[in-house]
Amino acid sequence: MSIEALTAWLDERLSISTLAKIAQKKEVPLHRHSIWYYFGGMTLFLFAVQVVTGILLLLYYRPSAENAFESVQFIMTEVKFGWLIRSIHSWSANLMIATLFIHMFSVFFLRAYYPPREITWVSGVVLLFIVICFGFSGYLLPWNKLAFFATKVGTEIAGVVPIVGRPILRFLRGGDDVTGATLTRFFGFHVAVLPATATVLIGIHVLLVQLHGMSVPPSLEGKPVKKMKFVPNFLMRDLIGWILAIGALAALAAIFPWELGEKADAFAPAPAGIKPEWYFLFMFQTLKYIPAKIWRFDGEVIGVLAFGLVALMLFVVPFVDKSSANRRRRLVFNVLGMLALLYILVMTIIGYVT
Amino acid sequence: MNTATERSGFSLLAFVKPLCLCGNEALAHHRDTEKHGVLTEKLLKRFITFTLRTAVISLLFFTSGSAQKKSSCIECHSKLEDGRLSAPAKFFDNDIHHARGLSCNDCHGGDPNADTKEAAKDPRKGYLGKPKTLDIPAYCGKCHSDGNLMKRFNPSLRVDQEREYYTSVHGKLLKAGETRAATCISCHGVHGIRAVSDPLSSVYPLNLAHTCATCHASADYMRGFGIPTDQFDEYQTSVHAKTLYEKQDLSAPTCNACHGNHGPAPPGIASAGNACGQCHARQAELFQASPHRAPFDQKQFGECIKCHGNHAIAKPGDEMIGTSEKSLCIACHTEGDKGFAAAGRIRSRIDELMTSIVKSNEILNRAERAGMEVSRPKFEMKEAVDGLTHARVVIHSSSPDEVDKVIAPGLDASTKGYQAGVAALRELSFRRKGLAVSLVFILFLAGLVYLKIRQIERRQAAS
Repeated sequence: MSIEALTAWLDERLSISTLAKIAQKKEVPLHRHSIWYYFGGMTLFLFAVQVVTGILLLLYYRPSAENAFESVQFIMTEVKFGWLIRSIHSWSANLMIATLFIHMFSVFFLRAYYPPREITWVSGVVLLFIVICFGFSGYLLPWNKLAFFATKVGTEIAGVVPIVGRPILRFLRGGDDVTGATLTRFFGFHVAVLPATATVLIGIHVLLVQLHGMSVPPSLEGKPVKKMKFVPNFLMRDLIGWILAIGALAALAAIFPWELGEKADAFAPAPAGIKPEWYFLFMFQTLKYIPAKIWRFDGEVIGVLAFGLVALMLFVVPFVDKSSANRRRRLVFNVLGMLALLYILVMTIIGYVT
Repeated sequence: MNTATERSGFSLLAFVKPLCLCGNEALAHHRDTEKHGVLTEKLLKRFITFTLRTAVISLLFFTSGSAQKKSSCIECHSKLEDGRLSAPAKFFDNDIHHARGLSCNDCHGGDPNADTKEAAKDPRKGYLGKPKTLDIPAYCGKCHSDGNLMKRFNPSLRVDQEREYYTSVHGKLLKAGETRAATCISCHGVHGIRAVSDPLSSVYPLNLAHTCATCHASADYMRGFGIPTDQFDEYQTSVHAKTLYEKQDLSAPTCNACHGNHGPAPPGIASAGNACGQCHARQAELFQASPHRAPFDQKQFGECIKCHGNHAIAKPGDEMIGTSEKSLCIACHTEGDKGFAAAGRIRSRIDELMTSIVKSNEILNRAERAGMEVSRPKFEMKEAVDGLTHARVVIHSSSPDEVDKVIAPGLDASTKGYQAGVAALRELSFRRKGLAVSLVFILFLAGLVYLKIRQIERRQAAS
């Protein structure tokens, strides 16, 4: 069977030519903010890296308190290129969270959530939380000392939420304490529940982007905007970014291989100056500054509830700010966004240096 | 409310209860009385019973309380202006005997309930007064040597202190009439005696050497006894004192560990090794079986003391063995004799393992700093360090062959550690070279895609 015949056979069954025609029609606006369009694709690429390296790690990883640390140690020392796969998995996870934050803030400031893109925004916010959950659950899996105590502190913070906090804590830990049961549970979340949910949501998110097309910033509305074909022009530029991302990941993995640390020991004292991963640092630092008591209420509870409220507010953003007509509201949202970004940056830096 | 009261166990309220019940029942009985006319008589009977019962109990309660508290000894002595006489009353509050319910009369006799000095110190009431120095061991031993009595207070406490005391130099001197010799109170204090486990006790491990030094470091006090007074100064420079005071390790030896508690005496040349062997059992065992034992005994070297000293025992080091200038072996051995050769061989093997461990740790640390995962070989290096520690113990056998037996596995472990370090660094080099090649390829690929984009866009512009 010749290639033409095979293509025709597949086209008849999969309508490839129809999809190709749709792709050919897709265009990307070209303006001074176009650079931000690449971060969505970059996040998606890094997610794909996570899936591939995660599956490879699964070949050797053993999810139990007795074997987890040793199996990761085996991956790092004995498995051919195991060190590379694990380090890329860890670095890629962190880069993905970073590109996701950049993507979210760029969408926020470019008002890409204006109607009819509300659901795209909401699905993106849900994906942000899912990715954070990926990070939190994956951090424990090597079962080292830092991960053990970070999980202990993290789940304790979840436990301070009034009424539902305690059941959430017990659900997350699989009991009252962080044990092997927690590890098994987190492994389940990390390799089954979260990937399945994320895949569905990514599907919806990308589909909606295709349906609505790339949004143009309100400042350019009504003005003539140049366009670039998505296939192949934009996609090939994306490809350059992905190739460079692979280079960056390889360099990070080779120069700064992800540390394994010491095996977790429930009876050992918590290491001094224990800190969470960088993307939780601003929240952790905030909780440190909140006084123990605010009026009659527990300071930590107030802090956790405040962050919960901010998270909820993220969801309602496109339903409150619907158009650029209201200049005052637009200004308020810009200021709020800038303050949030500044707050996250400053608190993260303080968290690192203190 | 009644249930809560019963649970609380407050007995007086239990007496109120019948009255309350009586009141409740009275209402019921009131209706009966209309029929039978006997309420007043019954109520009166109950009231009288309750009042009498309360009066008796209250009397018992208050009289027994005052009996426990009364101690004319404390009352009078605490008011005395002469500090020597008021001190017993002042310190007794913190005394373990007081804590266990004993009072002045339990040691001194007399009547603490008496209101006058004469009645309280009446010899007919068993008043003994202050014991003479010569009588103190027997005075304390009255209780402390009585197994049946001591069992009531502390079943695990020994009751042979008095007997053991008389085997000590202190006890022998006292028996000979030397009143400067230490007795029970010299070490434990008097009227403020605390449990040995109490950090404020004069015989608590951290305080014991100071307590002994009160007499033994005083040249004036020790004049005539013919022993040096520098033991405490020397002890403070020792590895034992550093462990005890700097690391606060209470298991480190202080005076009593070598000299005994109640029977202190110099261990003597012949048995000095036994004192050290209490803790350093393996070293003592090896020494006893070594070729050194016979000549050491013959020359009365005092076994361990010859090399390590007694009170100023320094932290031992590898330089103590071998044939170098700092070595202790050359004090007896000279070049050409068998012991000289053995000392040199032992030292060279220990040095060999030591050098190997340093080299392996250095390369493993270098690999770790470069980000390589070497926790397992680093952990396995513990076997080499254990081998070195073991070898430093086995040198007490004075046998190079015995030392070799423990050095060899240590060297093996250390060599494996070194090889793991070399492999880690080789892998690091491979990764870096691999990275360089990959980056060239990746940049080349990115460049190709870029050129392709330009080519496509030129074509698009042309069309």
